[in-house]
Amino acid sequence: MTRNRLAIAAAALLVSAAVPAILAVPARADDQDFSLIERGRYVATAADCVACHSVPGGKPYAGGTALQTPFGTLVAPNITPDRETGIGNWTEEDLRSTLRDGIGRGGKRLYPAMPYPAYTRMTDDDIHALWAYLRTLPPVSNAVEANQLPFPFNIRLLMAGWNLLNFEPERFKPDPQKSAEWNRGAYLVQALGHCGTCHTPKTMLGADDTDRALQGANLQAWYAPSITSDSRQGIGGWTADQLVAYLKTGVNHQSLASGPMAEEIQNSSSKMTDADLNAIATYLLDRKPPERTAPTALAADDARMKTGGAVYTDSCMACHGGDGKGQTFLFPTLADSGVVQADDPTTLIRLVLDGSRAVATGARPTGPAMPPLGWRLNDADVAAVVTYIRNSWSNAAPPVGADEVAKVRKALAQAD
Amino acid sequence: MARKLPRKDVVVIGLGWTGSIIANELCDEGLDVVALERGPWRDTATDFNIGYAPDELRYNVRQELMLRPAQETVTARNNAGQTALPMRQFGSFHPGNGVGGAGVHWAGITWRFSPADFRLRSHYTERYGAQSIPEDMTIQDWGVTYEDMEPYYDKFEYLAGVSGKAGNLNGRMQEGGNPFEGARAREYPNPPMMQTYGPTLFAETAANMGYKPFPIPSSLLSRTYTNPLGVTMGQCTFCGFCTNYGCANYSKASAQTTVLPVLMRKSNFELRTLCEVLKVNLDPSGRKATGVTYIDTSGNEYEQPADLVVLCAFMLDNVRLMLLSGIGTPYDHQTGKGTLGRNFCYQMANQVVGFFDPAKYNFNNFIGGGATGMAIDEFNNDNFDHGPLGFLGGGSTRCAPIGAEPISRRPTPPGSPTWGSGWKKAMRDSYLSNLSVGCEASSYANRGNFLDLDPTYTDRLGRPLMRITFDFPENDLKMSAYVTKKVAEIVRAMGAQQIDENPRTGHWSVVPYQSTHVVGGTAMGMDPSTSVVNPYLQSWDVPNVFTVGANVFPQNSGYNPTGTVGALAFRAADAIRSRYLKSPGPLVHA
Repeated sequence: MTRNRLAIAAAALLVSAAVPAILAVPARADDQDFSLIERGRYVATAADCVACHSVPGGKPYAGGTALQTPFGTLVAPNITPDRETGIGNWTEEDLRSTLRDGIGRGGKRLYPAMPYPAYTRMTDDDIHALWAYLRTLPPVSNAVEANQLPFPFNIRLLMAGWNLLNFEPERFKPDPQKSAEWNRGAYLVQALGHCGTCHTPKTMLGADDTDRALQGANLQAWYAPSITSDSRQGIGGWTADQLVAYLKTGVNHQSLASGPMAEEIQNSSSKMTDADLNAIATYLLDRKPPERTAPTALAADDARMKTGGAVYTDSCMACHGGDGKGQTFLFPTLADSGVVQADDPTTLIRLVLDGSRAVATGARPTGPAMPPLGWRLNDADVAAVVTYIRNSWSNAAPPVGADEVAKVRKALAQAD
Repeated sequence: MARKLPRKDVVVIGLGWTGSIIANELCDEGLDVVALERGPWRDTATDFNIGYAPDELRYNVRQELMLRPAQETVTARNNAGQTALPMRQFGSFHPGNGVGGAGVHWAGITWRFSPADFRLRSHYTERYGAQSIPEDMTIQDWGVTYEDMEPYYDKFEYLAGVSGKAGNLNGRMQEGGNPFEGARAREYPNPPMMQTYGPTLFAETAANMGYKPFPIPSSLLSRTYTNPLGVTMGQCTFCGFCTNYGCANYSKASAQTTVLPVLMRKSNFELRTLCEVLKVNLDPSGRKATGVTYIDTSGNEYEQPADLVVLCAFMLDNVRLMLLSGIGTPYDHQTGKGTLGRNFCYQMANQVVGFFDPAKYNFNNFIGGGATGMAIDEFNNDNFDHGPLGFLGGGSTRCAPIGAEPISRRPTPPGSPTWGSGWKKAMRDSYLSNLSVGCEASSYANRGNFLDLDPTYTDRLGRPLMRITFDFPENDLKMSAYVTKKVAEIVRAMGAQQIDENPRTGHWSVVPYQSTHVVGGTAMGMDPSTSVVNPYLQSWDVPNVFTVGANVFPQNSGYNPTGTVGALAFRAADAIRSRYLKSPGPLVHA
């Protein structure tokens, strides 16, 4: 693997050097510096650029993943140094203004599907390194029509107004009261990792609801759960080591990542340094959300609990156990799980309906799957079993109605 | 005209248990490996949904995981005087198909063969004299010893997470384990499976009779386990759908649940499914393989050049590919000359069903698994004195409740009506109170049992079908009668009111399922005049061809074969890695 990566990097360097177009770009003296390029690659990894700017199986960074937003479809552009279809004509300043202000080359306004509200906090050094790295990519000719939004959202100038209301360009400000590790974690979470893009609830206008930062958000028929230290709905019950294991291997004592988080782990956090993952853990586990009183669990003799219990015994218990404890590294623990008890049950419903495959990493290569059960359980059954899971063992969460299941089922059908 | 592809270091034919072990080991050596698999991709996540995995109609009756006879079948006859006819539906045995092979639908019982098994002819000759072995019984030594095999058994058991209890740790006998087993270097990786009522009663009774019961070594796991490759398996739930089924719970060891998650990530490994190998290509000297020719589902032919060819298909296909490719000398049953196809053996499956008082006994046979249960080994191999008995061999006796499939499991006591309300009543009365104890027994090679190419019938591509000429030798029938009587004594002592004894009798029939433990045809050994491959599973004739599977057994033991097949795969891989690659050529000079 390492050998291949080096080979690719070497090839990239050769290609870059051989393309005269590169020479036309104003170059800094140290643009070819190995340490700088390596650092830039790490920045790109931590920022998970490849997730949006590549299609599965396609050339990295050549663009093409369609993002479904509540306002319509956006496609991440080609960011290889191709002059015609990529960013071969850009300057470093163009990249800086893109990341920091949401304004691309020639004053073109970006949509915040590109997480510039997070990247605005990036340091100069990181942007410089990222630029150096992106210049080394082999140019790929791949024209992407980024803006596929319907009228009027397709008018980029609208974003000027959006930015006025929702966006403040700012650099990361370290908290002098906190440790260097905490601040590194804060930088990774807020800027490069742009965790809030998924985990922070959005306002009506699609901006981060910063008062509820990282407290969980709904996106594309997934609910990205709270990653605060909330002990019931968040990850407050995890130790730093357990959180690091999750980010590094996709699997820990309780949970296995799947869905969008599986992609994040595969592309990004599994490739980050232990020091950085520990910093992230230090920061996240220190974020206490306002205390919320836990609801009372439904009574065991509630009709929904009885039905749900029967469905659970038939369809879930073989893997997740009668005690909801699952099997370590294979089947997630449902008891005391944040995503299970989240106010928004979307993820839980979705997993029952559609199943999901856990991430496979070098350290934890198993990649087990939850099978889809939506073909044999109707909406009422799913609602009952989800309600049962949310209110059994030590769990407590509001019951789920069949209408909520129907909504997720519909969203999944549309996504297919 | 076949399209010639870029060369690979290694081509592996078939991606089941042995193919995935070999491929993974050789990828670790840095070789560029391609596996060609005749059937489709199969994976727990996509193919064994817990909602339909235990579908008896789909998997047992309609055999969804098995090879389709229209793609490939065999012809069969009992003796050379008959004309063989094609099997148009697999009955007696179930060749697997697709990634994982028959290792997807196996039961999970994972034995080591006994020290005597590996030097069988020598052992019987030493104990009873050469005259004790009938003239037409062509049993032979394997060319390896149990001690040679031990580290590789260990590797396979830890890969698969076998759950059991050691009986002999480095020569020290262990209470509760099999006292007849060879010495093992360490305990099983997982403790034994829990036992249900039936096996518990069997073990108590057997112990009272002076036998030494022990838990069946099981590749259905007793607990969550992460193997040395980092792959995690789950605890078995005793759902009772193992044989003929894929496991939905990641609890049954298979290529899918132990090796493939790691192998498929390797950049020097490539898998091509739905690609059927037509033959191994040889250079003009006939002493060196140049690669293989295969065909895809569109009928396109490809030539895949490779330095090393490893045949890891189902054992019948390994033998057939060698026959079709001209690797080795076909066996001639009339002269006894030639080795390819010789010593084809099977397994003697014997069974005793006890019917107990329904008012007192409820065995709840719905709780089960292919490899749960208790066993005794007093009637296996040469663990008992054969001197006065007039036969050789024996079998492993076990009470293994495999589950109660709703369609096929219809036990009624002998003498019950076979239809109508009387049959229904007998079924109802005895359904929960019957218990089966089996004896899976040895099958010894015989001069008249062999494999060759059928002179009449061909597959869809015009290649001759494999022809099986097989019948149960008198020795094995006598053995079956004896061990079944012994088993019946135990079942009677357990308190059964009625006993149904089913020793294997008469002629071999292709119709009822017996077991998929067909073995032999390319025996391994130290003597090229009686073996096709050397003790490292390397062809005597074409040294860059290896074959790994039950086809290398010279005869079958009274144990299920998979544990030994897995160990042989690790041993062959080790020989290739540590010796062959340094100096490609024969590893043994005859």
